[in-house]
Amino acid sequence: MVRGFPKGSRQLVSIDPINARGDLRLTRITKSYGDFKAVDDLTLTIPKGSFFALLGPSGCGKTTTLRMVAGLEEPTVGSIHLGETDITTTRPYQRPINTVFQNYALFPHLTIFENIAFGLRRRGMKDVKEQVDKVLSLVELPHLAQRKPTQLSGGQQQRIALARAIVNRPALLLLDEPLGALDLKLRRQMQIELKWIQREVGLTFVHVTHDQEEAMTMADTIAVMNEGKIEQMGSPADLYDDPETAFVANFLGQSNLIKGKIDGNDGDNLVIDLFGQKISMPKKRSHAVDSSLYAGIRPEKFRISRTGTAVRGNTLTGGRIEDVSYIGVSTQYVVAMPWGQELMVFEQNDDGVPPFDKGEEVIISWEPNFTFGLRGDEDIEAGTEVNPEEIGE
Amino acid sequence: MNMTLPKVRVPYLLLLPGFAFLFTFFILPIANLAQTSTQTPISGGDTGQYEQSFAFSNYVNAFLDNREQFARSFVYATLATIFALAIAYPLAYAIAFKAGKFKNILLVLVVAPFFTSFLLRTIAWKQILGEEGFVVPTLRSLHLMGQQTTITSTAVAVVAGMTYNFLPFMTLPLYASLERIDPRTIEAAGDLYANGLTTFRRVTVPLSLPGVVAGTLLTFIPAAGDYVNAAILGSPNTKMIGNVIESRYFKIVDYPTAAALSFTLMAAILILVTLYIRKAGTEELV
Repeated sequence: MVRGFPKGSRQLVSIDPINARGDLRLTRITKSYGDFKAVDDLTLTIPKGSFFALLGPSGCGKTTTLRMVAGLEEPTVGSIHLGETDITTTRPYQRPINTVFQNYALFPHLTIFENIAFGLRRRGMKDVKEQVDKVLSLVELPHLAQRKPTQLSGGQQQRIALARAIVNRPALLLLDEPLGALDLKLRRQMQIELKWIQREVGLTFVHVTHDQEEAMTMADTIAVMNEGKIEQMGSPADLYDDPETAFVANFLGQSNLIKGKIDGNDGDNLVIDLFGQKISMPKKRSHAVDSSLYAGIRPEKFRISRTGTAVRGNTLTGGRIEDVSYIGVSTQYVVAMPWGQELMVFEQNDDGVPPFDKGEEVIISWEPNFTFGLRGDEDIEAGTEVNPEEIGE
Repeated sequence: MNMTLPKVRVPYLLLLPGFAFLFTFFILPIANLAQTSTQTPISGGDTGQYEQSFAFSNYVNAFLDNREQFARSFVYATLATIFALAIAYPLAYAIAFKAGKFKNILLVLVVAPFFTSFLLRTIAWKQILGEEGFVVPTLRSLHLMGQQTTITSTAVAVVAGMTYNFLPFMTLPLYASLERIDPRTIEAAGDLYANGLTTFRRVTVPLSLPGVVAGTLLTFIPAAGDYVNAAILGSPNTKMIGNVIESRYFKIVDYPTAAALSFTLMAAILILVTLYIRKAGTEELV
């Protein structure tokens, strides 16, 4: 391609894309297929060196976003920058970006060694053997160099796919549901390993997944995507403790969302009326826009006490134990409230108190600081549906 | 417990019809052919009367007398295979990767010629390449061909006819192996700094090799033994070994020579194919 006189300001830096380094910036990206917008006006910055996760259900646009970053799709509108270089229309092979594909996409006709050497050879690197050997020991599979991909187990193929990508030391490593095909135990192990490798090699990892636990285990920053947009972005703890939308509250872990009304102020706290019972919560944790809101409390933040005992913090009375599941580390209760809602409560089995029985009358209490507030017009079912395709993966 | 015995027998029972068919229509004729190939004429007998005399010299004579036709057969078959590959690869590639919703229609078009007889299609080619067809006048008007030169009755016509007739046998296996390539491996090559051409050379072609091997075999083997194209589109100067065998059998009624030639052809093809498969190393590709 002839590099002519720059047309716009964004062309001013005439760095060859393949050497581009820095933060990844997506600016107002939209990808449409006919009337359907897979990605809708998305703006996002991924800092250099971070482990970033795009989390969302299937069809939320996370894979399309990843493919646009890789160059396998072109955005309908918007631009993608790597550092100062505009790579929106750069061909995939000219981007300093490598991908670990879902199901790995190893070259079946090449040995493991040649699979890993592929990218190095294309760029005419000198010390191919040395670099391949090094990355093979990093993923702890040096003895498999002369095998063919079909002779490897799923977990081994996964590591080779990772090795094939990181050996190129890309500015950005994209991981497209890389652990989806592995069984649960292996997945947990690989999550820890991936995180360790990311620290070891110091590359920027962008990880696409629908598994919230996987995203929370590995990523520094998670962007939760839904219907082509980012619902919320932040550290795993931020997202979990202070979700801004019902979708995030339900998609990351479980939430109890109770309909309420803001009834007044009390210093830095709001007084909330939940079906006639008053509770308080910090103002800064409310995302309500008017007086109606949903009070959100995570199931493990609740405490259960027998009616009549003295309790601290926010309290809701009139509960009745509807169901008890003992699962070892905790006991999960379903508590029916007077207004007809059933609340989930997880109690740690650490106090020697025997579990409550079905039908017992109880009080529910929690620390006001654990409450989060959502807009009163939210769909409280958002993010709770389980996609049958994603079960058993 | 009693289930085990019938279970063991089932595969053999399933094999039985195929085996019976092959025995009757392949093994027996071959044995008969082998027997005929070493016979000599009965002295004082009629034409077509032969007796067994284990005259292995039949093979030597048959080969020495027809070296030219043997050579021509393999040259023509090789050329037809190369041309068919050159035409079929882009075709199969386009159908597999670029055809979208037209994929099935195009595949039907590839096999559509089979709906008419092989013989008729070859005769049609005689017309296409003839003086009144459009090929010769067009080439002449473009001065790509002399005014006196013709195509019919030449090697060009024979090879063209064979290329055309065996094209579907090349296209279908190529399509099958190209279509089986996981598109993500192609994307992965692009992701790993390979441009379109390099991706094609390093990934697409190697992964389609099983199809290339199958297609070339399916084209070369019947082409080497073919006599219809040479008979209809050629001249005495383009005679292939198939034509010799045909005329020995049906015109000269020289069964032993025809049989010896058939065996020699079979052996030659077998040797070439074995060498080819060894070289291509297909077992590693699958």
